[in-house]
Amino acid sequence: MDYSFALQQLVYGLTVGCLYGLLAIGYTMVYGVLRLINFAHGDLLMVSAYAGFFGIVIFQIPWPVSFAGAIILTALLGILIDRGAYKPIRKSPRINALITAIGVSFLLENLGLVIIGGRPKSFPMPDVFAGSILLGAVNIPALSIWILVITLVLLAVCLVVVRKTRIGMAMRALSRDMETVMLMGVDKDRVISFTFALGSALAAAGGIMWCMKYPAVEPFMGVIPGLKAFVAAVLGGIGNVTGAALGGLILGLAEVLIVAIEPDWSGYRDAVAFFLMIIILLTRPTGIMGEQLPD
Amino acid sequence: MHRVFLMITALCLGTLSCAMAAEPINVGALLPMTGSVAAFGQMAWEGINTAKKIEPEALGRPIEIKLADTKSEKVDSANAVSRLIEKEKVVAIIGEMISGNTIAASDHAERSKIPMISPTATNPLVNQGKKYVFRVCFIDPEQGQVAARLALDQLHAKTAAIIYDISQDYCVGLKTFFQREFTKGGGKILAETMYKMGDRDFTAQLSRLKAAKPDIIYAPIYYTELALIAKQAREMGLDVTILAGDGAQAPELVQLGGKAVEGLYFTAHFHEDTINTPMGKKFYELFKKEIGKELDSYTAQSADAYFILVDAIKRAGSTDPVKIREAISSTKDFEGLTGKITIKPDGNAIKAMVVNKVQDGKFVYVTTIVP
Repeated sequence: MDYSFALQQLVYGLTVGCLYGLLAIGYTMVYGVLRLINFAHGDLLMVSAYAGFFGIVIFQIPWPVSFAGAIILTALLGILIDRGAYKPIRKSPRINALITAIGVSFLLENLGLVIIGGRPKSFPMPDVFAGSILLGAVNIPALSIWILVITLVLLAVCLVVVRKTRIGMAMRALSRDMETVMLMGVDKDRVISFTFALGSALAAAGGIMWCMKYPAVEPFMGVIPGLKAFVAAVLGGIGNVTGAALGGLILGLAEVLIVAIEPDWSGYRDAVAFFLMIIILLTRPTGIMGEQLPD
Repeated sequence: MHRVFLMITALCLGTLSCAMAAEPINVGALLPMTGSVAAFGQMAWEGINTAKKIEPEALGRPIEIKLADTKSEKVDSANAVSRLIEKEKVVAIIGEMISGNTIAASDHAERSKIPMISPTATNPLVNQGKKYVFRVCFIDPEQGQVAARLALDQLHAKTAAIIYDISQDYCVGLKTFFQREFTKGGGKILAETMYKMGDRDFTAQLSRLKAAKPDIIYAPIYYTELALIAKQAREMGLDVTILAGDGAQAPELVQLGGKAVEGLYFTAHFHEDTINTPMGKKFYELFKKEIGKELDSYTAQSADAYFILVDAIKRAGSTDPVKIREAISSTKDFEGLTGKITIKPDGNAIKAMVVNKVQDGKFVYVTTIVP
């Protein structure tokens, strides 16, 4: 394995890692506030992919408008899911919400199947994202740069929102002690809705990026990325935004590098990735950047 | 043993009483209507329904098709087949389309003694050691052999690299037989990489193939992954010819792959340009009138499975699954849609193979090879 080959793999790994990271940020935000593992997160990626696809291909809307529309629609759907499925059982034990989340995930997937059908559709890629840059012997696709930049920007936006704004403060407070926050006069539902909207919008952005990289849109396309994003979020310390992005990067890099270094292991890629997660969790049970949860 | 006997008697009695009331004959269609190979199931469904319009009845009773979705999954295939047999009381089953699912489903059909005809499951294990499982297509040793010969003789390849899906019986089988034949013919396999169904990123595997600098890439996989692999390969500047198997033949290959799949070769069951039987012409006309799409091999093979089944029911003179099985296994020179079909005692069909190519966004017929 020579130098440029290694660099090339690094580029591919970073791209996959950023996509996982982008999804993991949304996952982790919802968890951080509600202590709810939103298994439908991956399926929101699918919804935004279809929305973008229909916008561009069927309704012939220019791509920036389509993408923005897809993100807004998915954010609204996120709020709707929370209001319809999670809010009524907010006071029930956590396991109920978890199972409801699995139910929502199945509902979205099968709605996609019934309404749109199971045959994969081709996602169109706007010319801006096409092409690639040749740096020595290393080929850097323009899309990889876009994905990296967009992930970093969205990560920064999330950090600013959580750390510097009033609503961010409310989110952080809510994650610590819901009852006390309510006593302080904070509108809990508004904060939770905002969290879901933000998390879903991140899933939507990730979904659009994902589809441009792997342009096959189908109802079950969100399952694997959703699972990987969950692993990334746990790896980074669930509830921690920076940790989620970092976890995604580690997972993506590990997946690509494992295959690049030892091609015979390519069939065991997921096994190795999950093994990595087990090792990290055994040594650091709260994840890389996770803090000890208050009881 | 007693239970089996009782079941058969019950079935016979059941069908007898049906016959008196001229009730429909229930035939199962076990198809992947959703999931990763949904295109195959939907093509098959169109084929079976069009074929049913040509041959709507047998023994003076209408034929009714009961559809069961396998969701392109092995577990769901096994569940769906038991639903067809126990709940819908079918006398025979057409399906599944891909090898892994057919293997998963066929055990139950074999145990319940319900004949099953797969239109396109090509892995040898599908009906090995089974009396009730048939197919109307060639098998993977033949397909791998033809692909290797095509690579060596017509594409003049001396070296090859392979990428395949480790979770699919079809892909693993085809890869093994290609490898054996290609090396026997003096070729060299330079690299071999794998992935799992559902994977979307193949950049690491493809980098390996690129570094090996092969003359061709053999990718015996299904259309969705094939299209994405072709796309990612072209993006990283890997421009060698790709050779695939019959799993490539779905319109989605071109829709998803676009320019990246141009010039891709694949071995297949059939191409609409090769129709030469009266049955074929009749079907082709009706299909063009009603559906209006390009007639692909999955549609055609499924129609043939239906025609052979109806022919067998007629020759058996009964809807007893055991008698239908015997009639299917004695099918000889049946003038089907894809040509003359003979079912061998082992349940496999004797069939020629065609080679197709993607050209200007269409599947173009290249040649016919008899294995």
